[in-house]
Amino acid sequence: MKFNDALIGAALFILAVAIGVHIRGFPEMPGQKFGAALFPGLIAAGLLVCGTMLFVRGVRSGDRLVVLVPWMRMPQQVANFVLVCALLLFYIFASDALGFIPSGFIILMALFLKLAVPPLRATVVAIIATLVIHALFYKLLRVPLPWGVLQGVAW
Amino acid sequence: MADVMTAFGLVFQPYVLLVIMASAAFGLFVGAVPGLTATMATALLVPVTFFMPPVPAIASIVTATAMAIFSGDIPGALMRIPGTPASAAYTDESYAMTRKGQAETVLGADLVFSVIGGIFGTIVLVAAAPSLAEVALKFSSFEYFWLVLLGLSSAVFITTGDPVKGIVSLLMGLLIASIGLDNPAGYPRFTFGSIELLGSIGLIPMMIGMFAVSEILRFVAEPQDKAEMFQTQIGNVFKGMWGLFKKYPVQTLRGSVLGTAIGALPGAGADIAAWMSYAMSKKFSKEPEKFGTGHVEGIVEAGAANNSALAGAWIPALVFGIPGDSITAIVIGVLYIKGMNPGPMIFINNPENIYAIFIVFFLANVLMIPLGWMAIKAAKRILDVPRNILMPVILLFCIVGAFAINNDLFAITVMLVFGVVAYFMEENGYPVAPAILGVILGQMLEENFISSMIKADGNLLGFFSRPIAAGLGALTVTIWLWPLLSRLMRGRPASPA
Repeated sequence: MKFNDALIGAALFILAVAIGVHIRGFPEMPGQKFGAALFPGLIAAGLLVCGTMLFVRGVRSGDRLVVLVPWMRMPQQVANFVLVCALLLFYIFASDALGFIPSGFIILMALFLKLAVPPLRATVVAIIATLVIHALFYKLLRVPLPWGVLQGVAW
Repeated sequence: MADVMTAFGLVFQPYVLLVIMASAAFGLFVGAVPGLTATMATALLVPVTFFMPPVPAIASIVTATAMAIFSGDIPGALMRIPGTPASAAYTDESYAMTRKGQAETVLGADLVFSVIGGIFGTIVLVAAAPSLAEVALKFSSFEYFWLVLLGLSSAVFITTGDPVKGIVSLLMGLLIASIGLDNPAGYPRFTFGSIELLGSIGLIPMMIGMFAVSEILRFVAEPQDKAEMFQTQIGNVFKGMWGLFKKYPVQTLRGSVLGTAIGALPGAGADIAAWMSYAMSKKFSKEPEKFGTGHVEGIVEAGAANNSALAGAWIPALVFGIPGDSITAIVIGVLYIKGMNPGPMIFINNPENIYAIFIVFFLANVLMIPLGWMAIKAAKRILDVPRNILMPVILLFCIVGAFAINNDLFAITVMLVFGVVAYFMEENGYPVAPAILGVILGQMLEENFISSMIKADGNLLGFFSRPIAAGLGALTVTIWLWPLLSRLMRGRPASPA
């Protein structure tokens, strides 16, 4: 997805103004002229200038606001992209309750099958890879990966 | 001298040597598989090195990246796909040589001149870093302010085609760096009541997102080209290498020097070094018409350049804490975690660790000869690993790796967000490197800026009151004015129709 410079410029402009308003609430350092707001203020000023330049450039170019790159017109490819993000969200919300091993297995299986790995091979690799990564991090590096539903049979 | 002996003792231990060998194999594999980069190798190694003592942790990164930059050349020569961006400059040339039946020569040149470039860069690192550190000891906040700003400026203006987009990327990085409590006033900025954001955004999960998750997204989303491997028997790759070296000594030296310099320049790494060297080789060549038809000269020069850039990038990273490329950007994070805070004091407080890093650099480049040869022999097997199996496994590894830094699920959120952001940034022509530098150097820039402002009592002329600071300041200002100056000198550009 390619955005017109004008769109990004406008967004940066709004962001800069928002920062400018927000940092007015930052307290001053007692006895100092230069407080917590100075540096973000300079960043905001820079964003304001760049945002304006991009906006002007984008408007002059007359390009479309959003141009879809080829893969974004292919439902399968878009689904792949969304799936990866969704699986990460799934891990964030489900791993504590479900445990690392079931969540890891689900993530691998879902992606393997979507990327056309044959089912039998997908299952075998998903089981082995999950267990190897678990052994490496949980046993060797002592990362407290959650057991979740497997708590009863934890090894 | 005693420190050097201690350093040898630190490196030549079974555990450290084992780590080096394993990292070498890992680096060769990652480099050779298209879509996996040397920076990604580093990001994936961090969670594992997290649990190691400093020397093996750094050794694994040094070894893996050196190997990956070389082995990125292998699929370039055999499949016309660069294994890492650092090989992209001469991929077409390499493949043309393979098609002419010169696969041995091109792979041999890739290997041998990678080693020569790597060793050259290491020698410069060993020679330059300690003496630079002595100068840096006398630096005040003024010099550091300009040095950081100079680094950031070169990342924006020298390495990106569109300075405005480079500046936006840098400013976003600086903005992210200002999140949290770590600022001179100790005031929680932009946290919006979130406890996770108080400690600012974790650097490592962010890097894993930007360098690994974004590549996984690219792989699954963009339709992959079907590339056939060129079927050929690979014989003795070392045959004729001495002849090449005698034929192209100037090219070898020029590539190594330019590579080291580009590497040392913040924001520009092995990939830009290779592009510039290849272009330079063609420009100064006696037979420029042969370039592009399967001519080894540019491969010799650019192949030396990208490996020398790796070591060059460590010079500013170790001496000033300013990363020379995206790999050392991650390394600086690791150094802080290991209590080896980069800066001139590291040469006084931890000389044995610094010498150990130097030794590992030499060792890795020497080991590259036999291991690289083995990788060439095993190329077919490595390139046959199905990426639709590899990429999901790497994704799971990223999840655990990001989590492992703080045992915190928030890190995975950070990783996801920055993975998506990095993907769309690159698609819209916004370079990622300035943003990374901004995040890493933001705090240092602000601290030195604020204390300089306090010392100078708000008078900006105070920033030029010391000779070195004035020189660095003048250089920085020149870089910022350069686009304007060159436009004035060329006359006004034709107005766009």
